[in-house]
Amino acid sequence: MTVDATSQPRGAGDSILRDPKVRAVFFQILVIVLFLAFVFYVGNNAVVNLEKRGIASGFGFLSQPAGFGIGIVLLVDYNAQVSTHGDVLLIGVINTLAVAVSGILLATLIGFVFGVLRLSNNWIVNKIAMVYIEVVRNIPLLVQLLFWYFAVLSVLPRVKQSINFGDTLFINNRGVNFPSIVPESGFMFVVLAFFVAIIGCVILSKWAHKRQDATGDQFPVLWTSIGILVGLPLIVSFVMGNPMHLDYAALRGFNFQGGWILEPEFLALLIGLSIYTGAFIAEIVRAGINAVSHGQTEAAGSLGLQSGTTMRLVILPQALRVIIPPLTSQYLNLLKNSSLATAIGYADITAIFAGTTLNQTGQAIEVIAITMAFYLSLSLTISMFMNWYNKRIALVER
Amino acid sequence: MAIVKTERHPELPPPTTQTGVVGWLRENLFSSWLSSVLTIVAIYVAWQAMSSLISYSFINANFAGVSKEDCTGTGACWVFIKARFGQNMYGFYPEDERWRVNIGYVLGAVGLFLVLSDTMKSKKLPAIFLFGIYPVICYFLFFGGFGLSQVETSEWGGLFLTLVLASVSIFVALPLGIVLALGRRSEMPVVRMICVGFIELVRGVPLISVLFMASVMLPLFMPEGVNFDKLVRALVGMSLFSAAYMAEVVRGGLQAIPKGQLEAANSLGLGYWQSMGLIVLPQALKISIPAIVNTFIGLFKDTTLVSIVGLLDLLSVVKAGTTDKNWLGLATEGYVFVAATFWVFCFGMSRYSIWLENKLHTGHKR
Repeated sequence: MTVDATSQPRGAGDSILRDPKVRAVFFQILVIVLFLAFVFYVGNNAVVNLEKRGIASGFGFLSQPAGFGIGIVLLVDYNAQVSTHGDVLLIGVINTLAVAVSGILLATLIGFVFGVLRLSNNWIVNKIAMVYIEVVRNIPLLVQLLFWYFAVLSVLPRVKQSINFGDTLFINNRGVNFPSIVPESGFMFVVLAFFVAIIGCVILSKWAHKRQDATGDQFPVLWTSIGILVGLPLIVSFVMGNPMHLDYAALRGFNFQGGWILEPEFLALLIGLSIYTGAFIAEIVRAGINAVSHGQTEAAGSLGLQSGTTMRLVILPQALRVIIPPLTSQYLNLLKNSSLATAIGYADITAIFAGTTLNQTGQAIEVIAITMAFYLSLSLTISMFMNWYNKRIALVER
Repeated sequence: MAIVKTERHPELPPPTTQTGVVGWLRENLFSSWLSSVLTIVAIYVAWQAMSSLISYSFINANFAGVSKEDCTGTGACWVFIKARFGQNMYGFYPEDERWRVNIGYVLGAVGLFLVLSDTMKSKKLPAIFLFGIYPVICYFLFFGGFGLSQVETSEWGGLFLTLVLASVSIFVALPLGIVLALGRRSEMPVVRMICVGFIELVRGVPLISVLFMASVMLPLFMPEGVNFDKLVRALVGMSLFSAAYMAEVVRGGLQAIPKGQLEAANSLGLGYWQSMGLIVLPQALKISIPAIVNTFIGLFKDTTLVSIVGLLDLLSVVKAGTTDKNWLGLATEGYVFVAATFWVFCFGMSRYSIWLENKLHTGHKR
């Protein structure tokens, strides 16, 4: 049977059923209906179940007293009797941010160092970096965290037998104690001087750029900036008569008093997260630098640039374009992995809010929704910042 | 007159400083002043690490014995691992029934080998066995039925539970991920929005909160009387979580296929499912296999998180062992054992992924 396309105009009834557009609309309506039915079914079940268990809904629980103690509290006051579940949420958020930000900085440092070592011409250095990367990447993070916490930090000497570094730094199984800076009146001026110095550095680097564009002369921006950043606060502090003193930690009774302390929970989480993520970042850095073609190095060499300058001005700017997108997802992974804090008792948002508060109030839906919203918005913030940075360094094409 | 040499001078060997061991050392270890310093420091560090590792785990370690009192050396106490080995591997699975798990392992290993390696020309039969028949066999074998006594999932544990979690999750996540990826690239805005929403929501939150959600909220969402097993709840959470990651991997593969392939399929008169199933997906999946294996490695490592919602996987069984009053103070041995077990699996998979990448890298090789 032959089909003559021209002699067979599409029939009216035929076209409605076979028209892709009509089908698409019909299919989408079907999907919406099914989706809404699913949401309604689930929501209805949840309402019935909640009523049956006598669990209140709404966010009123945030202003109820929490009534449980928290191991690590930064920046805010917390009192188990008076403070509310809202305070618990705030402390969880601060603790998560503290470990995530310091973890990101440390992991980036470790990752870049080992990524460069992995590319070293030196055979043994190269192999050591490879062993680190291959061992750490293939072991679950949770196992590593438990290892650091239970097998390394918990078996450190007890408080009385602390490892002592010149009476300033003490390491024991309750953490690392080191002296704190106690501000006195007039300390604000030193802090102010530091911020002025930062602004001065920004202006200096802009001026140096302009001058280089105009005259071709380079200005030692890095060293001058370091000088300003260190010098200005020091001068101000000296003028004001050093308005601060160091508070040394000292053993009184059964525990250390004074100074600052890094708790073993925080340390284990920080070390575990940054060593784990650092291994992934090292591979990303290696791949990024390898992606810059060797001709670039040769061209830079033929222009007379030295190897350090070549790395800084030619290789790294191009490698960063390859490195930044996967680096962003590693930062997001680190943030999400910081929720493993709950396994070693660090008081992050998952441990105290999605853990203890949820168990006490039973308001699973609200608590989980707040926790997820927190992680989602933080993830979006990090990826927005990294996208902005990525755009700034992206290849400008005509 | 006779100073002009007529015959060719024999070729001399290259200078000894440039070849052989000396040349290699000069080039790779002592090429510059800085490199030499680095080499010496690195050798010292490596020597220290290796010697303390070997003396800890072999020379000063104890292997024989039945209790902690038998550990007299200063090194590791492997007696701890040996004494609890059965529990570490199978959890509380009844000892008389453990042969069922072993049969499952053997069948799975044979099926995997036939599908993954190049021994069989056609992989249709082994694939049907592995993805169609094997899960059914395993269900009855592990859970009970057909004359086998029933073993509740609360008794499952150890490495066995870890492997069950990983394989079931990947078995569900891969097809779901493909559907989500197709939905995300669909031209229908509603479908696309739902898929993008699901993928980005799940990828933006930690696995723990997904697991919490599955274990706390899933019972709330079900009608009265329907109660899921704890293992099933964790499986739902893990499968949905890894499906979102799988979807992004598959989307990467789909994007790499030129549009011409789809247009050619359309011009041949193939419909959506035909052109996807016969033309686009086979190519897209082929190039994303290494990334899928990498996602699977991540999933395998993530199975340890179920210990937080109270399942007895390998990590939590060993962790429970370290708090046993007869075996106190052996946390290091326990975690080293878990780490080594996971490392062997993950490193093996990553090598397989590299091998596969090279094998599939056809047509682009120079």
